[in-house]
Amino acid sequence: MQHSEAADIFNKDVERTTWHDETLWWVRQKRDKVAFQIPEWESLRETASQIKNNVLSNLHDYLVSFEEQAIRNGVKVHWAADAEEHNQIVLSILRENNINSLSKSKSMLTEECHMNEFLSHNGIDVIDTDLGERIVQLRQEPPSHIVMPAIHLKKEDVSDTFHEHLNTEKGNNDPQYLTEVARHHLREKFLERKLALTGVNFAVAETGEFVVCTNEGNADMGAHLADVHIACMGFEKIIPKREHLGVFLRLLARSATGQPITTYSSHFRKPREGQQMHIVIVDNGRSTQLGRKDFRNSLKCIRCAACMNTCPVYRRSGGHSYHNAVAGPIGSILAPNLDMTKFADLPFASTLCGSCSNVCPVKIDIHDQLYKWRQVLVQSGHAPTVKKLGMKAMNFTFSHPAAYQLGGSVGRKIMKALPFLVNNGMNPWFKNREMPEPPSESFRDWYKKNRKK
Amino acid sequence: MSSRESILSKIKASQPEQRALPGLTGLNLQVDLVFQKYREVLTSIGGTVVEVGSFDEIKTFIMSEYNTSLRLITTLPELADIAETGWLEADPHSLSDVELTIIRGVFGVAENGAVWLTEKEMGQRVAPFICQNLAIVIQKENIVADLHLAYERIGNEENNFSTFLAGPSKTADIEQSLVLGAHGSRSLVVFVL
Amino acid sequence: MKVGLFIPCYIDQFYPQVGVATLELLEKLGCEVGFPLNQTCCGQPMANSGFEHLAGSCSQLFIDNFSEFDYIVSPSGSCTLHVKEHVGIHPKGGIYELTEFINDVLKIDKLDARFPHKVGLHQSCHGQRGLKLSQMSELNAPGFSKPEKLLRMVDGLDLVTLDRKDECCGFGGTFCVTEEAVSVRMGIDRVRDHVKNGTEVLTGGDTSCLMHLEGIIRREKLPLKVMHIAEILNFSN
Repeated sequence: MQHSEAADIFNKDVERTTWHDETLWWVRQKRDKVAFQIPEWESLRETASQIKNNVLSNLHDYLVSFEEQAIRNGVKVHWAADAEEHNQIVLSILRENNINSLSKSKSMLTEECHMNEFLSHNGIDVIDTDLGERIVQLRQEPPSHIVMPAIHLKKEDVSDTFHEHLNTEKGNNDPQYLTEVARHHLREKFLERKLALTGVNFAVAETGEFVVCTNEGNADMGAHLADVHIACMGFEKIIPKREHLGVFLRLLARSATGQPITTYSSHFRKPREGQQMHIVIVDNGRSTQLGRKDFRNSLKCIRCAACMNTCPVYRRSGGHSYHNAVAGPIGSILAPNLDMTKFADLPFASTLCGSCSNVCPVKIDIHDQLYKWRQVLVQSGHAPTVKKLGMKAMNFTFSHPAAYQLGGSVGRKIMKALPFLVNNGMNPWFKNREMPEPPSESFRDWYKKNRKK
Repeated sequence: MSSRESILSKIKASQPEQRALPGLTGLNLQVDLVFQKYREVLTSIGGTVVEVGSFDEIKTFIMSEYNTSLRLITTLPELADIAETGWLEADPHSLSDVELTIIRGVFGVAENGAVWLTEKEMGQRVAPFICQNLAIVIQKENIVADLHLAYERIGNEENNFSTFLAGPSKTADIEQSLVLGAHGSRSLVVFVL
Repeated sequence: MKVGLFIPCYIDQFYPQVGVATLELLEKLGCEVGFPLNQTCCGQPMANSGFEHLAGSCSQLFIDNFSEFDYIVSPSGSCTLHVKEHVGIHPKGGIYELTEFINDVLKIDKLDARFPHKVGLHQSCHGQRGLKLSQMSELNAPGFSKPEKLLRMVDGLDLVTLDRKDECCGFGGTFCVTEEAVSVRMGIDRVRDHVKNGTEVLTGGDTSCLMHLEGIIRREKLPLKVMHIAEILNFSN
C-alpha cells in the first residue's frame, strides 16, 4: 500500500492522529530543551557531520583497520553482501553451535534484512528484548519507529496484547505494571538463551571496539549471559577513533529522546573468557548508495530518529505508512536506493518543509535529497503516468504565455493544469477545503488598466 | 571473489574524495561546579547521589536502605563484611538473584550523570546489569565536566569491556510513560567519597 | 533601482489584491517597479513533483522576462526560493521575497500602516527554512524574523504567539492533493493553533499556504480572516 493510502486510513481515526502527533511533538520538544542547554550544540553537529564526511571518504581503509583490530581482539568478523547473506551467516553461527533460539536487542539492520522471518522459517526462535520491539513482535507487527518501536500503540493496546500473551490482568493499563511483567518474562529468556544478537551504534576503526546504546539494558543482559554474541552492523557505522565517541554520544540521545545520554553505552572490545563474539558487516545496497553522489550523505545517519519526531507528515501518518524498516524522512531517502519501484512513493510523502535537516545531528540534507529523489524517480520512469501527463500539460501552458493568458481570460481554464485547483468535486482538494473564489479580474488585467500607459 | 573483497572493492570505487577530520577543540561544555552539576543531572535521570565521608557511612546507608536479608555482592574489600566477594569466578547466570551490587566506578561525567566502568571494576560483566539495585562508589575529585574530557581520560586504555552507565535502567516504550527498571537495575545510588 | 515584480501564477489568477498590495507597497517605499506581462510561472509545481527536467522552457521564459531588472521581488517565499535555486537567473541586485527585500535592501525602520487587529503569522517553510527569513525553531541560535519585524512596525497590530511557531501547514505543492488526508490534517492543526491563541487575521508570506489554510477555514466556517502580509503592510485606514 502506498504511503498516501495508508496515511488516509491512519487519519480516519482523528483522535488517535491527534494523540500520535502530540506524543511525538513532545519528544521533539524534549530534544529542543536539552539541545538548547548545550551552547556548543551547532558546533557539535557540524563536527559530527565533518567526521562522518571523513568516514565516507575513508570507508575502505577504516573497515580494513576495524576488521584487523577486531580479529586481534579475538572477534570473528563476517562480511555480508546483502540481506540474504547476512541472514545465512547468523543461521550458520546458530547451527555450528547447535543453538535454536536467541535473544535479540534492537537492530534496525536485522529489520531491514527481515531476519526474524528468515530465522523462524528455519526453526529458530527469536525473542526481541527491547520492550517496544517485544510488544510489536507479540502483535506480529513491524516497529513503527526506530527508537520507539511501539509509539503507535496506546497503553490499552499493550494491555490487551499482554493479557493475550503474558496473562496479565485484563484491563490493567498501568505502564508500570505492564513493564514489570515484561521484565520477568524477558529475564527468563535472558537466562536461558545461549546466543544473543545485538546491533551496533558505533564501530571504532582504531580499536576494533563497538558501542551499543540502550536505556533498558537489554543488549547487556543478553550479551553478558550468552555463550555467543553476534553484533550486526551496516558498514557505515564506522567512526575513525575512540575520541569521536565523545561527539556522537553527546548528540545521539539528546537528539533521540532528549536524554543527556542513554543509560548504557557499552563498549565491547573482546569476548568474555569462553565466549564467542562475532561481528557481521553488511553492505545490502550501501555501497551503491555510497556511489550516488547526491544521496551518499544519507549514510551518515546515526539512527536517532529526530527527523521522524519533527516531521509533520510522520507524526500524522505513523511509521507503518512508510512500509519500510526505517520510516520517516530518513527512511524515505534510504529506501529508494534499495528498490525504486517499491519505494517510489516515499520521497513524495513530504512537504519538503526542511525541519528534518535542521534537527539532524549529522546534518544530512534530508529534504534536499527528497527533492532530488523525486527527479531521479520521475526520470527513471517511476512516476505514475497520469501525473506525468498532467505535468506535461501544465508545463506546456506555463511556457506559452499566450495560452496562459487566454486561459485566464476565458474562465481561467488554465488553472486546470494546476492539479490542486481543478474546480470540481472530484478533486481531492475540494474534499475538505474550499476553492479560492475567482476574482473579477486577474492582477495582470488590473495592472494593464492601472499602470500600463 | 569473496563478499569481503567485493564489498571492499565496491566501496573503494564509490567513496568520495578525501575529506579531512575536524579537530575537537571548542566543543567543551563550560561547567563551573562539576560535582553540583553531576548531582543535578544524575538526579534528573532517576539516580541518587549520596555524599559520604567513609566506607562506614556507605555501610550504614546500605544497611538502612536495602533489604540486607537478600543477596548483596561487591568487588570492594572494604565492604566484605556486609556483601559477598567470592562470586567473581561464578557462572554469570548465578547472579540472577542479586538484590544489590556495589562496585567502584572509575570516574563520573557531570554533563550526563554517567559513571565510567570497566570490566575490572565490574567483577563480572553482567554484575551491574543483572542486579535489582546498583550502587557505585566514586571519588569526588574523579568527576569530569563532559564526554570529551572523559575520552581524553580513557585515552588508549585497552579495556575488554567497559560502559558509561547513567542512572537506573528505564523504558518509555508504553505510551512514553517513564518506567524505571526495564531489564537492568531498578535503582542507582552513586556514593561520592 | 529597477525592480521586476514577479507575481506567481495563482496570485495573478486568484489573489490579484496581493499583487496590487505588493506593487503599491513597493512604490510607496520608493521603488521603480515593472511587471513583465509575459511572465507565467517559475516552474516550481513541476520541479517539486520530480519534473524539473520538463521545467526548462518555463525557466527560459522567466529569464527572458526578467533579464532587464536589477532586482526581482516576489510576494512568495516558495516561488522566490525556486527561482533562486533552480531557474538560473542572476540579476545584479538579487532575487528577494518581499519582506526580505524590504528588510535587507530597503532597510526601512518605519512603516506608514495601521492595522488594529490580532494577527497570527504563518511562517511558510520555504521562506523560513529555505530563504532563512526567520530563525528556525530547531536550531540553537539567536532568534530573528524579517516578516515579524515588519509586522511590529504596523500601528495597532497585536502579534499572536503560537504554540508551534513554525510548523508546516501541509500545502506542499502537489502534496496537497496526492497526500490529501495528511495535508488537510496539517492545515487543520495550524488553523486550530491560531484559533486557540486568539488570531483574528491569519497572515503569511506565501499565498499558496494561505490558500490552503483559507480553504480549510472557509469549509469549517471559522471566524478567521486570511490576508497576505503585503496587504497588511500596505493597509491604512
